[in-house]
Formats: sequence, C-alpha cells, structure tokens
Amino acid sequence: MIIATNVSKKFGKLKALDNVTVTCNKGECIALIGPNGSGKTTLIKSILGMVVYNSGFISFNGKNILHDWQYRSQIGYMPQIGRYPDNMTIGQMLEMMKDIRHNKNIILDEELIQQFKLNELLEKRMRTLSGGTRQKVSAALAFLFNPDVLILDEPTAGLDPVATEILKEKIIAEKKKGKLILITSHILSELDDLVTQVIYMQDGVLKFHKSIEDLRAETGQEKLAKAIASVMVKM
Amino acid sequence: MKKIIKYVIIDILRNKIMLAYTLFLLLISLSVFNLEDNSAKGLLSLLNIILIIVPLVSILFSAIYIYNSAEFLELLVSQPLKRKTIWLSVFVGLAGSLALAFFVGAGIPILLYEATATGIMMLGIGLILSVIFVAIAMLAAVKTRDKAKGIGVTILLWLYFSLLFDGLVLFLLFQFADYPMEKAMVGISTLNPIDLSRILILLKMDVSALMGYTGAIFKNFFGTQIGVALSFIILLLWIVIPTWLSLRKFNRKDL
Repeated sequence: MIIATNVSKKFGKLKALDNVTVTCNKGECIALIGPNGSGKTTLIKSILGMVVYNSGFISFNGKNILHDWQYRSQIGYMPQIGRYPDNMTIGQMLEMMKDIRHNKNIILDEELIQQFKLNELLEKRMRTLSGGTRQKVSAALAFLFNPDVLILDEPTAGLDPVATEILKEKIIAEKKKGKLILITSHILSELDDLVTQVIYMQDGVLKFHKSIEDLRAETGQEKLAKAIASVMVKM
Repeated sequence: MKKIIKYVIIDILRNKIMLAYTLFLLLISLSVFNLEDNSAKGLLSLLNIILIIVPLVSILFSAIYIYNSAEFLELLVSQPLKRKTIWLSVFVGLAGSLALAFFVGAGIPILLYEATATGIMMLGIGLILSVIFVAIAMLAAVKTRDKAKGIGVTILLWLYFSLLFDGLVLFLLFQFADYPMEKAMVGISTLNPIDLSRILILLKMDVSALMGYTGAIFKNFFGTQIGVALSFIILLLWIVIPTWLSLRKFNRKDL
C-alpha cells in the first residue's frame, strides 16, 4: 500500500533519513521504534508530503505521491504535537475539517468524539486546551473520516489511562477492519497487543523490519520491550 | 479553494486590528477632506498618508498573520489539499480583507468627496498597493523560518520601499549629475511600487510642474495612455512575481 524506496532527507548537514526502503501493506499494524531523533517523524511526514524528501520516491497504492495530494484523503494523521489555530473552538475545528474533507462516500466515524466526551467541550477555544485534550482532538480527527491508513505519531503521550485504553481499543477495532496502521511510540509495553510488525530506526537508517513473531523467536523474549532491548544491546 | 478562503477571511475579520485599521483610515480621510476647503488639496494630503500607512499595515499584518497561522498551514498541508490551493487561498484571504479595509476606510470618503478621475485612480492605487505588500510580506515570511527575524525583515523592506529607496535615488542623481539621468529615472522608478504610485498620482494632479525637467520627462512618459497602462502592468507584476516566488518556495517547504 505504501512503498518507500531509497528515501533520503537532509536537514542541513544532518541526515534525517538515509536510504530508507520500506513496504507497508493493508491489514498490518506497524510499530515504528527508535531513539529520539532517529527519523521516525521525518519518515511519517515524508509519507504525508509535509516534508519534501531529497531523493528516492514514495508511492501510495502504486501512485507516486510527489505532486499528488488526493491520496491524503485516505490517510488519518495524528501528529505528535497537535497544533491548531488558537482562536478556533473545538466545534469550529471539527466543522472546518468536515467541510474541507467532505465527501458523500465517507461515513463519518464519531465514536472517539463521543467516547472522549468532546461534545461537552465544543465551545472551548483551542488555546485553552490542556495537552491531553489536544491529543484527544487529534485522535478524534484522525479517525473521523474512516481512512484506510492511520498514521499515529506518539498517540498516547499525554493521555490519561482511561483515554489511553479507549484509544487502544479503537486502534484494535480498526486493525480488525483490515486497515493499515503505523504507530510510533516510546512506551513499548503499550504496543504489545497491537502490532504485527516492527520497524527499528536509528540515525535515519532503517535497521530492521520484521514481523513480531520473528522477533520473538529470534530473541526468545515474549515482551516487545525486552525483545527490542536485547536487539539494541547486540547492535 | 473557496472553503479555505472563507476560513481565512473569517479568521482575519475576527481580529480587532483589522477593524482598528479601517476606522483609523476612515478618521484620517474624513478629517483631511473636512480640514481643506478644496477637496483636491485634501486628496494630496491623503496621498502622502496613504503611501506611508497602507504599505506598513499590509506588510506587517500579513507577515504576522502568516507566522501566527503556521499551525493552521501545517494542519491543512496534512489534509487532502494542494499546497498551491492553500497558499493562494491565504493570499486571496489576506489581500481581500486588507483591500476591503482600505476600500471602506479610504475609498468611500474619496468617492464621497472627490469622485474625479484622480480620486478613482488613487483608490485603485491604494487597493493595488495593499495587495502588493501582502505579496511581498508572504514572500518574506516563507523565506525566513524565525518569526522575529521575519518580522524584522518585513519592517526593513517597508523602510526600504518608503524611505531608503528615495535616498538611494537622490544619491545616484547627485553622483551622476553631469549625465542625462532623466530617462533612466523612469526606469528606476519602476523598481519601487510606492514611488511609481506617487508619480502616477502626482502627474494626474498636474503638480508635475513643480518637479522641474525630470517632471517634464515623467509627464511625457507617464502622462500618456500607454505610460499609464504600462505602469499598471508593472504594478501588477509587483503582485505576480513575489506571489509566484513565494508559492514556489512554499511548495518545497518542510513543515
């Protein structure tokens, strides 16, 4: 579904992505793991067309994403730090996004809005929101348009345990519908019952891309956190 | 595209600075026309104020708006929208609301008190200047990532167009006083939209006699239909070129 081939991106002298090649297919739930500054977010932003990569190419459903924009209607993106226009209320935000992405074929998925009780906060301005509420809005927006691909950048950072559980349940439900889900997270224990594949990145280089069964078999560890730790020690 | 323009304009109109700017222009133009018994004289006083204030407000407001809506732009870029559409919508929204503020604040008094060819020309030039400086501000804002630096650059640009450029021209004139510079001056004046606007209106007002020999050359060029048409084309280029450059830059920008 998403194929990146030899993608490189430099920020000045820093190589944020170095010849990254990766294939993501439908129905997979992929964890993007790596230390801070390893290029996870840059890879995600490249897929979304927010970062313009220097070389290589990325295709979405067989079409090159460069100079294309319509493919983004099939992606729901939850940014690491949700930044929204300060003066808008949550209600106006949701209305605006619905207005922009309006399409008769889309059945809106407002489950998260209800579960996070955002309906009670519609009048609140974005600038007054706490970090956690912002994350809830980001999550609700990512799932709202029922996209085929979900890209979640640190989805649970800043969320309270109840909200984290709701979000995890939602991710599992969407995964069962056969959607492609890309998650980055530092809290590996949360990913245990979600992911089917693991991509490990370091210094902009993709170190490995394995299914979770292979990883468990290789390291002999049942828990993802321990498996990754033992791999990191060997590297 | 219409939808984004709508949201940009709603966002700008919610800003009280826009209202203050309109009222300020309204106050100045009404008082200028009421102070002078001859409204043609009033127009001349208004010209000098407009040539300073309109570029300043347009360039500063636009630059600050672009920096403040960085989040908004980031959000839109991750949605199924063309970058070109996003950028041009922001441009149309900004240019539209600043032009509207100018029209209400200065245009209506001009039409009330001095609805002559000169007055209408001044109205047109004020509108074009508003848009030109939105385009320049957007170019400056997309080129510099840092907000403080970007706003500093726009202030310097305004200073350059409204003060420094004249100083440079004066310096050139003195240095090359022995050479026939009059024709070259016509060319040089096209490098600054504010100067070009001033010359166009002054010539329309028949005060060019005060400008000596250079004024006569200007009259020969800018006084004709072709000269006026050409000047307007140059003013339009001052909108098109910065917008095109900023669009190119925005298309390749990492957000």
